[in-house]
Amino acid sequence: MPATQLVRNPCNVNYPFRRTCREVAALILAREDRALDFPERLAVRIHFLVCKACPNFAQEVAVMRSALDGWKNYRNHDEA
Amino acid sequence: MSDSLPPADLHGHLQALRPTLLRLAQLQLRNAAWAEDAVSETMLAALEGASRFAGQSQLKTWVVGILKHKVLDQLRLRQREVAYDTDDDGEVLEDLIFVPDGHFRTMPQTWDAPAHALQQRQFFEVLEACMDALPGQIGRVFLMREWLELDTDAICQELRISSTNVWTMLHRARMRLRECLQLNWFGTPAT
Repeated sequence: MPATQLVRNPCNVNYPFRRTCREVAALILAREDRALDFPERLAVRIHFLVCKACPNFAQEVAVMRSALDGWKNYRNHDEA
Repeated sequence: MSDSLPPADLHGHLQALRPTLLRLAQLQLRNAAWAEDAVSETMLAALEGASRFAGQSQLKTWVVGILKHKVLDQLRLRQREVAYDTDDDGEVLEDLIFVPDGHFRTMPQTWDAPAHALQQRQFFEVLEACMDALPGQIGRVFLMREWLELDTDAICQELRISSTNVWTMLHRARMRLRECLQLNWFGTPAT
């Protein structure tokens, strides 16, 4: 493994339910369309403890969720 | 007939709604001719069914409800043509967002929802443009989920594709939408 990768990734140890950010981001998006099963939910929770990027990503997805709900309301009902 | 609106009035109100209806139909169907058909049928159905619209809901809510059915009819009618519209862009975007070891290439920021009404209106324009920019079939599936409010099982049945396929397309749609919003709204400094 190249040294740069070791520096960038401070947690090169393995632990149960370990997922990459790419995998966790996929689960965060999947939540919008299906319920996660227990191991998936656990993996997300554990990942959030050691990651700064994915909670931010989840916050963006939450803003996107309410934006889509707002848009739907605006287009289907509100706007004159 | 117990119209709450005189016929001439109803006609005028419907005409005023036309641009919105066309916009929604186009977003969902991704085809100008099909969208025209769906909107024309909606207008006809609204005029014919005016007696059933007893003013219990807002006119717009009622008409958009009709439009949703007409748009779904179009999707069923064009099912074969829609099925051929495969635009698999693979994992290209994902490879730009993530480095090979699965970490984010750039740190996601947190987003502030648009605060006041004017800002919100502009934001919805950007959001719509971003949805419009989704590739054909991915866009259709995404709008079926978010606008027609169908669950993934129903989308599978309508388009006769597997649920894995639907989930993959929804995933790509949401990923693209996030990138587009970051680029065109949240990434720019607030005015």
